[in-house]
Amino acid sequence: MASIPHPAGRVAARAGLVDRLDRTFRWWSFAPAVVLLFVLTIFPIVNLLRMAVSNVQFVDGRAVWSFAPGRNLQAMLGDPVLGAAVVNTAVFVVVAVALEMAIGIGLALLVARLDRGKGLVRTAMILPILVPPVAIGSMWKLMYNYDFGVFNQALTALGAMPVNWLGSTSVALTSVILVDVWHWVPFVFLILFAAVEGVPQDVIEAARIDGATSGQVTRRIILPLLAPAIGVALLFRGIFAFKAFDEVFLLTGGGPGTSTELVSLHLYKVFFEQNQLGYGAMLSLAIIAMIVAFLLVARRAGTALATTR
Amino acid sequence: MTHGTSTALPFAGRERAIGLALLVLAVAVVVGPFVWIALQSFKRQIDILTGAWVFTPTLANYVDVLFSRRSDFAGNVTNSAIVAMASTVLVLVIGTLAAYSLHRFRWSRAISAAFLGWTLVFHMVPLLTLVGPWYVAFRELGLYDTLWALVITHVTINLPMTVWLMMAFFREIPHEIEEAALVDGCRPLQAFWRIALPLAAPGLIAAGILAFIFSWNEFSVALTLTSRETATVPVAVARFAQQYEVQHSQMAAASVVSTLPALLLMALGQRFVVRGLTLGAVK
Repeated sequence: MASIPHPAGRVAARAGLVDRLDRTFRWWSFAPAVVLLFVLTIFPIVNLLRMAVSNVQFVDGRAVWSFAPGRNLQAMLGDPVLGAAVVNTAVFVVVAVALEMAIGIGLALLVARLDRGKGLVRTAMILPILVPPVAIGSMWKLMYNYDFGVFNQALTALGAMPVNWLGSTSVALTSVILVDVWHWVPFVFLILFAAVEGVPQDVIEAARIDGATSGQVTRRIILPLLAPAIGVALLFRGIFAFKAFDEVFLLTGGGPGTSTELVSLHLYKVFFEQNQLGYGAMLSLAIIAMIVAFLLVARRAGTALATTR
Repeated sequence: MTHGTSTALPFAGRERAIGLALLVLAVAVVVGPFVWIALQSFKRQIDILTGAWVFTPTLANYVDVLFSRRSDFAGNVTNSAIVAMASTVLVLVIGTLAAYSLHRFRWSRAISAAFLGWTLVFHMVPLLTLVGPWYVAFRELGLYDTLWALVITHVTINLPMTVWLMMAFFREIPHEIEEAALVDGCRPLQAFWRIALPLAAPGLIAAGILAFIFSWNEFSVALTLTSRETATVPVAVARFAQQYEVQHSQMAAASVVSTLPALLLMALGQRFVVRGLTLGAVK
């Protein structure tokens, strides 16, 4: 008979459970995210520290660790490609982000002044942000093709010589930067456009009534009001340009030679083509430290700007 | 989010014509490559190689890519769909709960600052820096080359975005609504489930769409934690591009297929996506 619980008992048990869930809600709502971040981000970084002073090799599918401090530092200092990768990445980030900011801001200011078609422009602009970067890579790989790509078709039609967009050491980095600009101008545009639309219209109207020209309104009123959004877009683009990997992996794989080798690509090769887990860990830690330092500086700069205003 | 047609700084006369022309050019530059690759995907390899502009469209590439026995692409699509769906559901549950907890309960400043600061750092760090240890750990756990590994990592990757987005949406709910419910005898759990969550539904949609798309698109982790059986769509597209003899027509068809979920979700929920992408930047 005891196997059939009394209905009231079941209700009471259920109420007890709900009570307990209620009382501990604060804890169990937060715990999964903390555990996940701990296991998949903090723990791996601790492992990176361990790996950076070790020599890790796979024997029969199992990792074998041996303590070898200094070995990976030596590998890093003696890596001839790393220097080229750092220089390429610096050029890539600075040039691409500068172009993206300039074009994105200009476009946002332009579109905001239109009386129609805003929705259409925005829809078009979201496309590159949402499709797989790999698809963008293969798209441009086809367009850059020496024999039948659309660019060389246009050049030959105009009577010019075809360009080896991805295969020439002097052009490849520019071609890769161009793809990044195409990919990410829309992101800068979206952020800035939302900010421009948020500028109070009566301020602009008042300035117009006082006789300000549209150029003056843009320079003296709108742009200063956009400063925070410009800062955010710049921060995000700066860091995410540094992370660029997918398209470049597809377009050139770092070549020809080392002409488009970026730090992210190099890290991939060290880990998964050269199987140097220790050196890869060392490089990873250096990159993470750099990003954290950059974020701290950016935050200080941000608060300094906010207080001087 | 309908756009008013009024602007306090309208173009006049010739300025307007130049502005419109520039705009049409910008849209053409953005949309052009999509149209071009779509055209290539309906060409036979020979028409691509000759750069033909006039050609008889064919569906052969799509049939080849999706149904040929030599192609794994249908399996890749299935893998991507499973990973994207599972990781989206999980990150919505975990991320929304964490966001609500941080928003509603008085966690000390140190705890919430450490948590949010760390999610920001993790969001900014190149994933490839962590892929090495993930690879080693998943191999030792026997999870390497399983879809589980991808689901777990994709949940983690999308967690910062989800938490930040949901916190912003919870913050927009007037405090009084929840207070009133609690005063009327509503339990904290009910206040979350019956009041806060429905009111933050637009946030759930935005975060869900973005999480799905980012998981679907994710390449570097999928490249390193999967092999042939578990490869996702981006990995497959990259393989097409890297074969010794590039099959341009199939690569084009596979690329077009890979962009479809993003196009579809955008058509359905553009205003949520825009809100999600620009939130935080404007405030």
